[in-house]
Amino acid sequence: MNALEIKNLNVTIGETPILRDFSLTIPRGEVHALMGPNGTGKSTLAKVLAGHEDYTVQSGEILLDGESILGKEADEISHAGLFLAFQYPLEIPGVSIANFIRAALQARLPEGEEINAVQYYKNLYAKMDALQMDRKFTARSLNEGFSGGEKKRCEILQMSMLDPKYAVMDETDSGLDIDALRVVAEGVNLMRGPERGFLVITHYQRLLNYIVPDKVHIMYDGHIVQTGGKELAIELEEKGYEWVSRELATA
Amino acid sequence: MSTTTMDELPQSPAGSADFAVLPNEPAWLIDRRRQAAADFEQLPMPTAKDDRWRFATVSRLRNEWFDAPLSLIESKNVQSIIQRSKLVDSYSGRAVFVNDKLTQFNPLSEALAVQGVRYLPIEQALLEMPGLMQARFLVERTTLGSEKFHAWHVQMVKSGMVLYVPKNVTIKEPFVNYYWLDGEGARCFPHTLVVAEDNAEVSLVDVFFSADEQSPGIACATSTLYAGVGAKVFRKVVQDWNEQTISFQLDKTLADRDADVKNVAVNIGASAARYENQVQIDGAGAHVKLYSLTVAEKRQEFDQRTLQVHNAPNAVSDLLYKNALMDNSRTIFSGLIKVAEGAQQTDAYQTNRNLLLDPTADANALPGLEILANDVKCSHGATTGNFDPQELFYMMSRGISKRAAMQLMVFGFFEEIIEKVESDELADNLRMLIHNKFDNKVYQAKTI
Repeated sequence: MNALEIKNLNVTIGETPILRDFSLTIPRGEVHALMGPNGTGKSTLAKVLAGHEDYTVQSGEILLDGESILGKEADEISHAGLFLAFQYPLEIPGVSIANFIRAALQARLPEGEEINAVQYYKNLYAKMDALQMDRKFTARSLNEGFSGGEKKRCEILQMSMLDPKYAVMDETDSGLDIDALRVVAEGVNLMRGPERGFLVITHYQRLLNYIVPDKVHIMYDGHIVQTGGKELAIELEEKGYEWVSRELATA
Repeated sequence: MSTTTMDELPQSPAGSADFAVLPNEPAWLIDRRRQAAADFEQLPMPTAKDDRWRFATVSRLRNEWFDAPLSLIESKNVQSIIQRSKLVDSYSGRAVFVNDKLTQFNPLSEALAVQGVRYLPIEQALLEMPGLMQARFLVERTTLGSEKFHAWHVQMVKSGMVLYVPKNVTIKEPFVNYYWLDGEGARCFPHTLVVAEDNAEVSLVDVFFSADEQSPGIACATSTLYAGVGAKVFRKVVQDWNEQTISFQLDKTLADRDADVKNVAVNIGASAARYENQVQIDGAGAHVKLYSLTVAEKRQEFDQRTLQVHNAPNAVSDLLYKNALMDNSRTIFSGLIKVAEGAQQTDAYQTNRNLLLDPTADANALPGLEILANDVKCSHGATTGNFDPQELFYMMSRGISKRAAMQLMVFGFFEEIIEKVESDELADNLRMLIHNKFDNKVYQAKTI
């Protein structure tokens, strides 16, 4: 099946359960929004999907187009076609954006095969132009001294260069002003298509004005408590997260 | 296959009536050598009680180094060594020394010579620039703990290069001096003297290499840079002795008004390397930069002592030493900034950053300030860190393998220094030297 399937996932940090029997299926071609109050496990889900080692998966399955990615190293999961846009992208001093993305692409080639530098830069510049990024950025150290908006744009640039089958956007909107938000959303919208699935994690409905989701899920206490169309996000915005804890927590 | 022949030289500098090392030495030089011999005899071998040797493994210091006969080991590999002396291809002049013997000399161009520039081996400089040599050669000394080794150098030095640049002369390509050690027990006493007159501009590269990986050797090098008013001097030092070699580098920079001096040191080799670097700012508005990059592995010990002295106002000194450590290696950084009473509006910085790639490695830092002026900006700091596992995860989540990610991070750590050499060719060659040293090691290193 061409989908990212998460089945009955139970995840702990140490003894503390974070995800409880979490299930979600994102077919390719669809954009799903995952909303929920802080501390409900959204970011944990994102990191577990990408292969972070700090979490213990007690039970459940994660399938990417039918293949299990659970227990794989982060780089293998990336090669399988999953991309995680970080909520807080890390600063890597001395490693330029150009060299970083190049290393990521090089890692996908068979041993002994070298990336075509001319083609690479042509492609990189085209994507940067689309994201309204100054080409001078390529020489800057990855995320070092970047504004919040620049960091998120850089995440989108990496995503578009790596061309994943599934993209998980972890609170991509946090710390963005409205202009940066629009540029980032446009970048995502450009990549929407029948061959790609998105999981857009957000705390605020605002982002979903720009990236219109096919489905909205509300997460509370480690699992999804409500699923609906894009209007669910608007309802949540009106009623607030208190509504979730009051009305939906027992659902 | 190879045989070594010995050129017999005086048995002991202290025991001989004649302190001269070179033919036809002037009286003042013989006096300096005699004085150094007396100092050497009187100075004790450093001990752990000496604060200036704090954290250093003083038990590595050996009296036998001095007892060995003063023989010159003849290298049988001169031709191949000259071939290998190619870290920088375009230069204004090049000298290749093997075991303290000048084996290849590419003098400067006629065009530079007619402008009064001089680039000469010490022996020649004594003949052609007697006044300058008397005023500048072997005058400065270290105060940072290696006085005994400095005195040893003064007694023994016979090879090295003197570079003189007259007023307003600008030289684009660097002068490159290679000092090689070849053969078991080989020793050398490399010496660099640079005198840049007012508004002169010059750069040079000193390179320390061993012909093979296994022969133990000893090197005791000193350098002195005199930067005149408005002069621009840029010195790069590449230390890549083999890991059986004991290395001393005792450097001093004197900066006059508005001088702009930059030092970049790349430290890769030696079993134990002691590095003393003194900067003395005597003119207002001078700007001195000191950058260093060290890759330490196995049981290597890099012991770095620095002193930035501000005697004049409105000057800037900026020091950044970065060390990456693996295995059981050790680094020691001890730095002091001294701002004299009248040196107002001083900007002085001192930063030491250590990256531990193995939990068994040991980085020590002793930053210090001594400020007598009241209107200054000074900062000093040292940090020691490991690989950040979150950074590693970030990079791996893009599909980059753990090994490649660690290499990218280490080179990223060094890039800040490497880019300061301001030469693509040299920068690439330095990256290659570093790469050769720990291509596989970085992968084997544990994340902590």
